[in-house]
Amino acid sequence: MDLRFTPEEIAFRDDLRRFFREKVPAEIRRKVAEGRHLDREDIITSHRILNAAGLATPNWPVAWGGKDWSPVQRYLYTEELQRAAVPLPLQFNVFMVGPVIAAFGSEEQKRKFLPATANLDIWWCQGFSEPGAGSDLASLRTSAEKRDGKYIVSGQKAWTTLGQHADWIFCLVRTDKEAKKQRGISFLLIDMKTPGITVRPVITIDGAHEVNEVFFDDVEVPMENLVGEENRGWDYAKFLLANERTGIARIGLSKQRLARAKRLARETEAGGRTLWEDGDFRRRVAELEVGLKALEITQMRVVANQRHRDADKPDPASSILKIKGSELQQATTELLLEVAGPYALPAPEHDRPEGWNEPAVSPEWADAAAPLYFNYRKVSIYGGSNEIQRNIIAKAFLGL
Amino acid sequence: MDFDLTEEQRLLKESIDRFAADNARDPAQHGGAGDGAALWNGLAELGVLALPFAEEDGGIGGGPVETMIVMESIGRSLITAPYLSTVVLGGGFLRLGGSEAQRAEFIPQVADGSLKIGFAQLERQSRYDLYDVATTARREGGDFMLDGRKGVVLGGDDAGLLVVTARTAGGRRDHDGITLFLVDANAPGVSRHGMPAQDGTRVAEISLDGVRVPADRVLGEVDAGLPLAGRVVDVALSALCADSLGAMEELHRMTVDYLKQRQQFGVTIGSFQALQHRAADMLVAVEQARSMALYAAMMAEEPDARERRPAIAAAKAQVNRSSRLVGQEAVQLHGGIAMTWEYRAGHLFKRLTSNELLFGDTDHHLREVAEAGGLVEEI
Repeated sequence: MDLRFTPEEIAFRDDLRRFFREKVPAEIRRKVAEGRHLDREDIITSHRILNAAGLATPNWPVAWGGKDWSPVQRYLYTEELQRAAVPLPLQFNVFMVGPVIAAFGSEEQKRKFLPATANLDIWWCQGFSEPGAGSDLASLRTSAEKRDGKYIVSGQKAWTTLGQHADWIFCLVRTDKEAKKQRGISFLLIDMKTPGITVRPVITIDGAHEVNEVFFDDVEVPMENLVGEENRGWDYAKFLLANERTGIARIGLSKQRLARAKRLARETEAGGRTLWEDGDFRRRVAELEVGLKALEITQMRVVANQRHRDADKPDPASSILKIKGSELQQATTELLLEVAGPYALPAPEHDRPEGWNEPAVSPEWADAAAPLYFNYRKVSIYGGSNEIQRNIIAKAFLGL
Repeated sequence: MDFDLTEEQRLLKESIDRFAADNARDPAQHGGAGDGAALWNGLAELGVLALPFAEEDGGIGGGPVETMIVMESIGRSLITAPYLSTVVLGGGFLRLGGSEAQRAEFIPQVADGSLKIGFAQLERQSRYDLYDVATTARREGGDFMLDGRKGVVLGGDDAGLLVVTARTAGGRRDHDGITLFLVDANAPGVSRHGMPAQDGTRVAEISLDGVRVPADRVLGEVDAGLPLAGRVVDVALSALCADSLGAMEELHRMTVDYLKQRQQFGVTIGSFQALQHRAADMLVAVEQARSMALYAAMMAEEPDARERRPAIAAAKAQVNRSSRLVGQEAVQLHGGIAMTWEYRAGHLFKRLTSNELLFGDTDHHLREVAEAGGLVEEI
């Protein structure tokens, strides 16, 4: 039993650490560190820098540009990426549709989509949730009917993250209305430029345009855009959701936020001293750090255990990582909000009046704290809400 | 990075688990009494009393992971034998601070089960501060004369040897000036009053009235005993984390079994989502505690206190929080049955609660983590 990394693993980590800091523009990393929204160009720039170095799709099969990394190497990669505040390579491409096409797609689909997906020449979005299908995803109703050698897709998808930038959408659609609900679902790739698709922004409580509604009104989709077999889409979706197993806790990100909160607290005056000198504040930080350390080791246990497990089966331990990881992510944004204190109140990107040259009373970073806190309430809701995760633990682990 | 047990560790785990299951204490039968001589002899025969000592001292050369394996099993089985005080604490002092002569004299007796050791540290005012020592040791000729009172002396009841913290210099709360003594528990001037503790173990109040201790019974250096005490207590904290982990695992297992059996409203109560989610949260707490117990085991023998101290403090803080949740929820989810003396769950809850209060509660250890500057910095 040994918690330490090998010298080779440490060298691997240090190389990544250097690469992320030297090659990804500081301005983009600053936005991530401050929890600001990235624009489309930021995401593309960073993603392509990673892809050019073979670092965008390490989880893919080697034949399609993946890396034959050990679970420990994958863990170090994710940790370093997050600690360096590098934007994650676009998750929909890298962790979702890419692996599904690589595992279940036709040769033609692989050739057509995988290289372009790896380089973010195609921007994918995810068409799973619907207004009536959230936690109960299998109750989805968007239909694809076969007519004249095509699928005709009708319905509505919800919570489509960054759909406003997307070139293509991968959808779960109902192809058999008679079958039991999980059985009649297929996995379909749809070009967003197809007539009949409407994207409508949904503004979230932080004031940002991150998610959308996507409407399908008799949209014609070629049969060749079906992935795998018809009515097997639910299996592919489960594969997809199991794919990102250990990154879900986002421990590197929480560490980066905590470390930043500590630095800012040392620079922030409160009660005639720095906030860091306030014992109550430090105790709260210590509580979070203890929980985070425990989760980090829990994650390392899951990573180390992967070599004993069937790689394609989901590990129920990922539910623990999801619950605790999301709680800690939220707690770190809460902490940052409280470090900012009253200076968090002005909304970001407000226009200064012409000729107003006074330096701002609020520190420059403070206006991102509240939107980040509001935005992060999502992490315990998406990806299977924390209550769904508890159902999974009760059923899969405890046999209740 | 590797969390697998070695073949030898697996064998140790199998044998101690089997032994502990066969000797699991039934509090309904034993009341407040300890486990008795047969169990201690059994532990000696298994070799676990010799576990942490170097082979050249007559031990087996086990490390903190081996101690963790044993303590997890002991905690799960509610065994009250003074393993922590004798082998982990007493043994730790001998291993890490004993002279060659001291090791040669005492380690074989610990290993064969003939000597038990108590750690006499706590005083009325000291609470969780190891350095807060009012007991005095003044030089008289070549000897030391000890005076003072110690409470909640783990294993003090039937120990043959006491490790005593006493002040040889400085003021009551000075870090320097503390000396550790190996005191014959039956020496003139030592009086003991043994009593059962909440968790069924035995503790003692000890009075030291002009107890003469020869200079060769000083453990380590005169006036500089605190770092050694800190090291050994950290080893003990790591072992306590494992003890609590074992008790938590058992409580969680019992609770889930009970949810599957107990029927109300014509169904098993485990079919209720309100209870399922609480059982799931208990599991999350147990796994977080397991991670930190492992972390503590891996850091326990780190000699550099700046590295070791925040790690051990963090582990105890997490294990304490998990213990509180798992203990309280186990009682609540069982309902009335867990309030009874004859049912095991309540005793496991009491074990967890007692462990929480040993060598630092949650607040104490969180403060230690905070004062060390925390665990995460920017890179």
